[in-house]
Amino acid sequence: MGMTRLLLRELRLSLRHGSDSLAAVMFFLLAGALFPLAIGPAPETLGRLAPGIIWVCALLAALLPLDRLFGADHEDGSLDLLLLSGLSPAGIALGKAVAHWLTTGVPLLLAAGPLAVMLRMDEAAIPVLLLGLLPGTAVLSLLGTLGAAMVLGARRGGVLLPLLVLPLAAPVLIFGVAAADAASVGLAARPHLLLLSALLAACLPLCPLAAGAALRSAAE
Amino acid sequence: MPQTGLVAEGLAAFRGERLVFAGVGFAVPRGGALVLEGPNGAGKSTLLRVLAGLGRAEAGTVRWDGQDVGAERPGQVAYLGHQDAVKPGLGVAENLAFWGGRAAVLAALERVGLRRLAELPARMLSAGQRRRLALARFALTTAPLWLLDEPTLGLDAGAVAGLGEMLAVHRAAGGVVVAATHLTLPLPGAGVLGMTRSEQEWGVAPNPTRGQAPGPY
Repeated sequence: MGMTRLLLRELRLSLRHGSDSLAAVMFFLLAGALFPLAIGPAPETLGRLAPGIIWVCALLAALLPLDRLFGADHEDGSLDLLLLSGLSPAGIALGKAVAHWLTTGVPLLLAAGPLAVMLRMDEAAIPVLLLGLLPGTAVLSLLGTLGAAMVLGARRGGVLLPLLVLPLAAPVLIFGVAAADAASVGLAARPHLLLLSALLAACLPLCPLAAGAALRSAAE
Repeated sequence: MPQTGLVAEGLAAFRGERLVFAGVGFAVPRGGALVLEGPNGAGKSTLLRVLAGLGRAEAGTVRWDGQDVGAERPGQVAYLGHQDAVKPGLGVAENLAFWGGRAAVLAALERVGLRRLAELPARMLSAGQRRRLALARFALTTAPLWLLDEPTLGLDAGAVAGLGEMLAVHRAAGGVVVAATHLTLPLPGAGVLGMTRSEQEWGVAPNPTRGQAPGPY
């Protein structure tokens, strides 16, 4: 019950501060739209690069709201109360990760389709790209939550955060792009998607546990 | 038979690199209250955070009803810090939605005199009203141990009386209250723990014959 309340609280907060989630999606679309301007509108080049462009933009866009994920609660004292509310620290971290995925990952997933069409990506590969983004964005939310909890209380945490999260997110990027590339040349995308799902299965218990420990030490 | 209530023995804690207090011990029985008094920097807030399990004690034990409680005490403690933890973007009632159902939230707001403002955005509240909203959480909790850091900060006389009522009800139900304050709190029969500033912070002992105590500023 506490978990449901935490999720409801997070969703309500992000609705009231809607510009935060909107900013991530707008960044995603705008950054993606810059590539045709930079490398030229030739469909074969763009279509070839599209999976990589979309994945890199999604990765960077998912980082945007992270420094407020715990930052606001840490500053106004809410985090102390959450830690005393009876939820385990790992439970709080998991709730935050789910909320981040719902408010950032899902909108990115929805915006990825139109962006792929805009970049003239191979139609047959678009479903595979989206299928890869589904576990991929969830892993990014979990890793991002871990990073956000670890930099909590650090001066210039916002600068530190990408340095921590981006190396950890490299496997997600590699397998995600490989799945879409494989589909566009007619190879099997299944192994790559399975590896992405395996990453999710590993991150789902480990990231909240580590993030919970980081939250406890941030409160001290 | 183990003593009921809150018992602390030999507590010591650091804030940053400085030892703020050491060898602090007290016992508060069920239904009792303890007021922490002392000058700024004496470690009242640090002690409250240690009791809440938010801060780490370098030494000593905290026992609740005879059981040694470690750092984890979920749902046992209600804590009010310096900050009100009020989200300005949410409504007054919405701020409490995490802590209870709609009916319970409205009843709690009634207790602190904010019922009429329930639907107002919390950013419209004054400092005192925000403090009242923070105190409304205590009407929603079932935690037996209440830790209050300067609870009356910014409250008017009516709100202080209301707080006294809440504290009395809580104590009558066997709850324990520990509060840090510079003002008089409506806590009849409360024990007092005087805390002193450790001298190593200042380098020299404060000299009462001089116009002002030597300070770091």
